[in-house]
Amino acid sequence: MSDSAANPLPRVADTPAPGVTVSIWDIFVEFLIIGATSFGGVVPYLRAALVSKRHWIDDKEFVEMLSFSQSMPGLNATNLAILVGEKLRGILGSIAAILGICLPGGVLMYIVGIFYRQHGDHAWTTAGLKGVAAAAVGLILSTVVQVSKNSLAGKFDFIFIALTVLAVNRFHQSVPRTLILVGILAILFHRPARAEKANATQ
Amino acid sequence: MNQIIPLARVFAYLSLLTVGGGMAAFPEMKILTVNVHKWLTFPQLIHLYSVGQMAPGPNMMMIVSIGEWAGGFLGALVSVIAFFGPTAVLMFVVARLWKRLEKWRWRTSIQEGLAPVSIGLLLAGCFTMARGAITGLETATIAVAVLLILLQYKINPALLVLGSAIVGILSFAPK
Repeated sequence: MSDSAANPLPRVADTPAPGVTVSIWDIFVEFLIIGATSFGGVVPYLRAALVSKRHWIDDKEFVEMLSFSQSMPGLNATNLAILVGEKLRGILGSIAAILGICLPGGVLMYIVGIFYRQHGDHAWTTAGLKGVAAAAVGLILSTVVQVSKNSLAGKFDFIFIALTVLAVNRFHQSVPRTLILVGILAILFHRPARAEKANATQ
Repeated sequence: MNQIIPLARVFAYLSLLTVGGGMAAFPEMKILTVNVHKWLTFPQLIHLYSVGQMAPGPNMMMIVSIGEWAGGFLGALVSVIAFFGPTAVLMFVVARLWKRLEKWRWRTSIQEGLAPVSIGLLLAGCFTMARGAITGLETATIAVAVLLILLQYKINPALLVLGSAIVGILSFAPK
């Protein structure tokens, strides 16, 4: 996937000329393909499909949309689907994109849920799932490390991370209360006047 | 059948907490689905979440399984609409507003301020899950190994999760 830049694909059919609108059906199908094939995390697949293959958005737009998606409630995958769909075809584009990206995984987990309810207490299933759950913990931690590298504005931000973790895990504060309290503190810390001052001294 | 309204309420509420990622809502999800409504046990929640990491698409699709257990097909449908609907509408509305606020000085402040909080919420969700998932030396080793491999190499995480299932069967299945 990463070497797609080295092997330029024939782009004639895929590239919408400026001013040509993308059809709702095309949006639905593209997001359905992403929804069905994005094993192991949606973001790289979205980038490959929307930026490299379809040229619906450019790389800078993608990064901006991703950081916006991360600071809003909702999953990155579905928030990005809403943003790209909206950009291409307004509200209908958003609906087509989110339906497409959710449908395959939703159907799969419906079947998995029924299967797990019937066979979840088999000794082998339990043993395998213990391994899977431990791996999921490692996977989330790696996400935390990678997101921290990309989106933190300064070293002081680690204090807000620690405050959030302590509030939820140690003091058993609800997630919304933590989000509002620590969120306001962090936003005030990053207030405009301070950011401008920091820029001016650079 | 009588679980449909609670399902809608719980998942609509949880969806609003998923700032930064689905894991952010995990501590509240545990309290509401396991302790309050008793739709499933904590180990089952951890199992479904983890299996969900192998499925393609948005990584919280395991809510479909919870909805199905508590309320059949209708329960699954209601859960998915409740979990993705409100945030989708919110995202759509704020996206249009956000474009107009491009010159607003607090815009950057909000994004920079919410970044560490959303990372903290992910981490808090991770710790809640680790309490149930890391039960001994073997599971701790798997978690650390997956973390280090992912930080070091470009490898598809779904393959590692699958590999860990095999390691799990080899270590924990009755001989």
